[in-house]
Amino acid sequence: MYDTVIIGGGPAGLSAALGAKKKGSRNILIIERSEKLGGILNQCIHNGFGLHTFKEELTGPEYAFRYIEMVQKENIPFLLNTTVLSVSPHSVTYINQEEGVRVIETKSIVLAMGCRERPRGALNIPGDRGAGIFSAGTAQYLTNIQGKMPGKRVVILGSGDIGLIMARRMTLEGAKVLAVVELMPYSSGLKRNIVQCLDDFSIPLLLSHTVTKIIGKKRVEGIEVSKVDEKKKPIPGTEIFFDADTLLLSVGLLPENELSRKAGITISPVTGGPVVDNSFQTNREGIFACGNVLHVHDLVDYVSEEAEKAGESAALYAISHKEEKNKVPVNVFGLVRYTVPEIIEEDIKEDTTIRFRVSNVKKDGKIVLRINGDTVVSKKKRIMAPGEMETLVIPKRILDQYGTIESIEVGTED
Amino acid sequence: MEKYELTCIGCPLGCQLMVEKEGLDIKVSGNTCLNGVKYAKEEVTAPKRILTQSVRVMEGEERMCSVKTAAPIPKEKLLEAAHIIKQISVEAPIEIGDIIIHDIADTKVDVIATRRVRKKA
Repeated sequence: MYDTVIIGGGPAGLSAALGAKKKGSRNILIIERSEKLGGILNQCIHNGFGLHTFKEELTGPEYAFRYIEMVQKENIPFLLNTTVLSVSPHSVTYINQEEGVRVIETKSIVLAMGCRERPRGALNIPGDRGAGIFSAGTAQYLTNIQGKMPGKRVVILGSGDIGLIMARRMTLEGAKVLAVVELMPYSSGLKRNIVQCLDDFSIPLLLSHTVTKIIGKKRVEGIEVSKVDEKKKPIPGTEIFFDADTLLLSVGLLPENELSRKAGITISPVTGGPVVDNSFQTNREGIFACGNVLHVHDLVDYVSEEAEKAGESAALYAISHKEEKNKVPVNVFGLVRYTVPEIIEEDIKEDTTIRFRVSNVKKDGKIVLRINGDTVVSKKKRIMAPGEMETLVIPKRILDQYGTIESIEVGTED
Repeated sequence: MEKYELTCIGCPLGCQLMVEKEGLDIKVSGNTCLNGVKYAKEEVTAPKRILTQSVRVMEGEERMCSVKTAAPIPKEKLLEAAHIIKQISVEAPIEIGDIIIHDIADTKVDVIATRRVRKKA
């Protein structure tokens, strides 16, 4: 019988394992599908990771390496090349070449499977089906891990961070990036990436534009881009033709929750990830979730922080089955689309961080926390954007002042 | 006086910086930390970037090893440096921090490995 089994050996899984160990789980197992620990960080060779966690700027592989070293130092066992087939409270079924199919028992489970890229099929782009269409992450894998160039003249659809990072990578490797095309009137990527990945290399960013046609039967030979109206419908007569041989798609990430759904875990329609309380527990007892399987983060530092807490909670649950507590849902207002966690225990043990995203760009606004209708926190914010995750801390001392919590609301105000 | 509006690239917070430059006198506001001041001053005088890339590996468990410049290099040297890194290959084993290229593109900055690559068994 394991204390804690962790599904996924990326940044969330590694940090959850360390958190579980810290709070007393003795028998821990990390299960990883690929041949290495570290997850997507291994192919994110750019820098900018770790400023919060390690107070220095690391590349993805360096950040992963630090966590792998810590996990190995703690002697936490892991399985590689092993796919989990199903989870249910207190049991995990996995398969690998050495053991075949195996069912193991565990007191607690942490889901840390991460996310995957939204594929072309989800977009309905008309046109040919030639070679040369890649998701940005696949192009990143080919370029950074395999050392193979996906193409020479590139159009990128979607201005998410991976798309921006790949615009720079392809340029540095000698390709010509003709344009980054974004359907929305704003970029979904971090501002710093627009500066250092596009502006530095004079790569145009076409906002309120989309790909309307892919030309090329065997290989992409051209990409047609059109302006869109307020309803995001292409405007006839605005077509621009790019002489491109490659299209990269950076059109969003989706939490990978097949296992969670099969286990009967409630999934939020907004985040695509499990609904969790402030201990990161899902509606299935003893099953916790963290990292990009919970909601897509833009900073790995936040993933590590959140996952450590989830691991700690899993350990506490494994050791001392928590008693059921009074819980209050977090409601949102203004531009706040969702919060994680979205359920808070009335009697929190410590200051609790709430993460959320806004639905539109907001200048000089405020982030507001209301308890039982009273505004208890109001934080000025020069700029908020859908591409950047926001945080708000619910201070324990404030929550403690209220005997009974009837409502918790997080939102924006002018 | 020249005025600039910059986005700090020091970390993913991406602070909006206001810079006022009058000769050698540079005033910065909007920053959260001191890195913002340093970035803004450099950005309006001699902008620099860290370059990250992958180099080919021989005899390694991996085909490629990720690398970075040990310090930021002048922005206008990025493409030249990238081209040099693209041409070379290194032999495994490689440890994080190993120097891959000394003084890349006359910048006095070394290119170092950012991952471990073991020798092929």
